[in-house]
Amino acid sequence: MDRRTSIQWLMAAAAVGSSLEASAKPNTKPTQGIGADPDLVRKYKSGELWPLSFTERERRCANALCGLIIPADEGSPSAAELKVEVFIDEWISAPYEDQQKDRTVILKGLAWLDTESEKRFGAVFAAAKLEQQAEIADQICKPLPKDAPLHESAHFFAKFRDLTAGGFYTTPEGMKDVGYVGNVPSQTFDGPPAAVIKLVGVS
Amino acid sequence: MPYVTPKTLKPEYDVIVVGSGAAGGQTAYTLAMEGVKVLMLEAGRNYDIVKETPMFQTNADAPLRGASTPEKPFGFHDATIDGGWQVPGEPYTQANDNPEQRFDWWRARMLGGRTNHWGRISLRNGPYDFKPKSRDGLGFDWPISYEDVAPYYDKVEMLIGVYGSNEGMENTPDSPEGVLLPPPAARVGERLVKQRAATLGVPVVPIHRAVLTKALDHKTLPAKLHPGNARAQAILTADMQRRAACFWATPCGRGCAIRATYQSPAVHLPPALDSGNLDIVCNAMAYEVVLGKNGKARGVRFVDKATGKHEEVHGRVVVLAASAVESVRILLNSKSSAFPNGLANSSGLVGKYLMDTVGSDLSGQVPMLEGLPDHNEDGAGGPHVYSPWWLYKQQLKGELGFARGYHIELATGKRMPSLGTGAGLQWLNGGNYGKSFKKDVRRYYGSFVYFAGRGEMIPNEKSFCEIDPAVKDRYGIPVLRFHWQWSEHETRQAAHMQKTFAQIIEAMGGKVHGGPELDGAKAIATGGSIIHEVGGAIMGANAKRSVTNRWCQTWDVGNLFLTDGAPFVSNADKNPTLTIMALAWRTADHIVDRLRKKEF
Repeated sequence: MDRRTSIQWLMAAAAVGSSLEASAKPNTKPTQGIGADPDLVRKYKSGELWPLSFTERERRCANALCGLIIPADEGSPSAAELKVEVFIDEWISAPYEDQQKDRTVILKGLAWLDTESEKRFGAVFAAAKLEQQAEIADQICKPLPKDAPLHESAHFFAKFRDLTAGGFYTTPEGMKDVGYVGNVPSQTFDGPPAAVIKLVGVS
Repeated sequence: MPYVTPKTLKPEYDVIVVGSGAAGGQTAYTLAMEGVKVLMLEAGRNYDIVKETPMFQTNADAPLRGASTPEKPFGFHDATIDGGWQVPGEPYTQANDNPEQRFDWWRARMLGGRTNHWGRISLRNGPYDFKPKSRDGLGFDWPISYEDVAPYYDKVEMLIGVYGSNEGMENTPDSPEGVLLPPPAARVGERLVKQRAATLGVPVVPIHRAVLTKALDHKTLPAKLHPGNARAQAILTADMQRRAACFWATPCGRGCAIRATYQSPAVHLPPALDSGNLDIVCNAMAYEVVLGKNGKARGVRFVDKATGKHEEVHGRVVVLAASAVESVRILLNSKSSAFPNGLANSSGLVGKYLMDTVGSDLSGQVPMLEGLPDHNEDGAGGPHVYSPWWLYKQQLKGELGFARGYHIELATGKRMPSLGTGAGLQWLNGGNYGKSFKKDVRRYYGSFVYFAGRGEMIPNEKSFCEIDPAVKDRYGIPVLRFHWQWSEHETRQAAHMQKTFAQIIEAMGGKVHGGPELDGAKAIATGGSIIHEVGGAIMGANAKRSVTNRWCQTWDVGNLFLTDGAPFVSNADKNPTLTIMALAWRTADHIVDRLRKKEF
């Protein structure tokens, strides 16, 4: 991620809902997609504004990778169970410049995963054993230098992980997992509980 | 009444107001409540805040999990309709390809304009801010002082409802007792910023925002706002009771269906419509002020977007409140033999001295905020605290290398998860996946702190707009071409912001993410991106060196006024909306007075 992109993502993490007036940056290329006057009140499903485009093989591979990145644990189900790959399909199928760039990265990365898995284990990524999937992931889950042979795959993995996390933690299960307890109306706002104030040592 | 179409327009109005946002809303409100017959022209569509505001939707309800797109730059649920830095069919151009010299122009084509999504940050300009040239020799002084505007700040704050506190700080005015609503309790991260910033001498105090932290006092405020006007008082008493207090959920940028925050369609327009004195035409794209043979403004021409027809409407007074730059565009496109270079432009200054706010931001991660017990930090849908500019004395002595100040806005806490939640963590954990990744997301969620500086830009000769000689919009209206240049006063200020934010993050025991960027030219946000466009028709005491007088009345055309940001002579670090409203109220009072004296 370049500096601008990373700031945008981090800012979204830190500042979502803060209404800071310039938390968006000008992107000056208009395009067709959601439209500038959509119905904001209703719920949308992946695939209804523009068609999804993963092939069945890509979908399976993406589902497996979602499950590897966010497996089930005591806090929440896995991203594969929540079908986060459908959101990723929505993302890479969107008619915007940023998403179209991501599409290239994601599709190339998924194809590489299958090829690599077949080469090493004789099975596509989704059909490989968990420890076999992990063997590949271990090699690309950290940023690699530009001249490293697996640099591109590591870039893909980081992008895919970001999308998996964003897709997962915005679901009710994901929001519960991280302990988000807002979005409920209340008569008063009392600020942090005494225990929190004490822990951080503020007044 | 009150929403009309070009076919049901009255033949003549007392005042035509172009625009329905902070400026148009306040102007129309004040006039209509005083019995003046007003027509408001809005270029965008009508907008129903009750039915259209997404109040509890989550990001999973939205396309792309609510991500920013070119059509919805602030994310899917942002209130903006038909707006953004690009509006289809309504282009603008840049004089220069250099990215450092571009100006990006934000518009919102909807009833209420940009007030629907704004940050609700409501800061008064201080005494220095009206006389900056007297203080440091740069830019221009306003022909009015803080004392001229203060009574109107009081009125606007009482009408719209602003939370905050009086801290008695330099050039950061207090409001009279009883005007402000109580500030919300600070979040834990905000408290930690306050504690640690204090060690650097940076103050952190309650911010002022137009959010009702309790219901407005409908029993006493209407009489203070409309003394001697029983009808206006009755209308306002009823309407104030229809506005609910904040229920501490849903970001304000989505708009507010319960009318707990200021946006023009929630606060200004309902009572103005109830007065029976306001007609509104939506989808009316104004492009020209018509000049009568007597040298006075006769009315306004607009394109009815529903039919494509060009219409003309007449009034005794014309007020442009279309946003600084759109009002400038209308003036420059209103050419006649008397004004070949655009209406009210005998000074040649229409379009000149365009300003935005200096912006720069930095974020960090703070271990002390990790793993805190879950609690609701939504609060008032935006920041609860901020840092007013604190280095006035050092700056005046020339110790800083830039002449004007900035304030700091900040964001912390466990906000509703978005696409950014769990993203980009490799700068903290090196990059992982699986159960350890899930643990890290839990650990880091809510531990980030984000700082944004908002600083004063000094007007300069190289930042202006003019009519592009070749390009027209979809309605055939010539478009604007922008020229832009930051000076070192701004770029050095942006670098100072970066340094300060990094120091605060480090004082919190945190890690700075990807910075600080100490090259100011790289640290500063693109012109126009903070969406605080002001100037272009500056006010002054001399008709040769300004476009309007102290009443926002154009020198050249006596019945033509501008009540948006266009007459701003300087752009203090304080967000301009509250000052726009205060000046609009003051101008509207002046118009009422002159109408009663039959001077128009």
